[in-house]
Amino acid sequence: MGLIDIAFILLSAVAVISGWRVFVTDSMVRASFLLLLSFVAVALIILLMAAPYIGVATIFMMAVEMMVMALFMVMFMMNPAGLNPMMMVHQNRFAIGAGVVAFAGLSLAALATDFVDNRVDPAKRVVHDLGIELLGPSMLTFETAGVTLLATMVGAVVLSARSGRFGASDEGSLPPGLEPGGEPAGRKPEESGGHHHHHHMHG
Amino acid sequence: MTLSSVLIVAAALIGIGLYGALSQQSFVMLMMGLELMLNGALLAVIGFWSFALGGAPEGQLLAIIIMAVMAVDMAVGFALVTAVYRKRQADTTESLGTLKN
Repeated sequence: MGLIDIAFILLSAVAVISGWRVFVTDSMVRASFLLLLSFVAVALIILLMAAPYIGVATIFMMAVEMMVMALFMVMFMMNPAGLNPMMMVHQNRFAIGAGVVAFAGLSLAALATDFVDNRVDPAKRVVHDLGIELLGPSMLTFETAGVTLLATMVGAVVLSARSGRFGASDEGSLPPGLEPGGEPAGRKPEESGGHHHHHHMHG
Repeated sequence: MTLSSVLIVAAALIGIGLYGALSQQSFVMLMMGLELMLNGALLAVIGFWSFALGGAPEGQLLAIIIMAVMAVDMAVGFALVTAVYRKRQADTTESLGTLKN
């Protein structure tokens, strides 16, 4: 067993265990940093597999993404610091079953399949090839991903903005009244306003 | 490190992510489950690229697409959480019975 195999086993253990701890820990901030740890371990495995660009890009991207995640955790969770024990799950048994079935099925498929053995040549200039591919034959795909990200930014702003340029952003989403100028038809949320309730059940 | 071992690790990540996405009540935790599943998918794609594709650049392109999907699902997901919280003060899946308004 070489050094790469030992590193792979250690990193896989870190990736899987920290991925599992994400859903067990009480602290939401810790959960996002555990998820970051899992991502970094996977990125290092990717580096071991001779894909330096993807590995390093994963680390950078996930570091930023998980900081955003931690911020949102603090904003939206009632227990960001993990001072109280917390278990916020539903359909737990079914979810565990689904997870185990997914893992078992995918591993069985991986073990039962006879894969082609065509390893990447260590001397291959993979980053160079990726650059040529991105700005050459696959440029349309690459540009489409860029436009998708732009559309995402626009969509995120539209969805999360309190009001649009021409008044309340949700004005058009209210159904018209049953008679002219009357109450909006359809179901209304029971409460919409600036009350500071945290947990609030809607029937 | 073989392709099968890499794929088994990826399968474990996908299984844990599926558990998280199905079981967590908080929207933010649910999204963490989705991200973990994409993490496993990324590992599997690079595994195939490295062990069975001989390093063809299209494999790396697919990995970049997966990373773009991660960014999109985080951004749109958090925007939706913000919008839902602003309208309904809801931050868990149980508090939402309808998608209207």
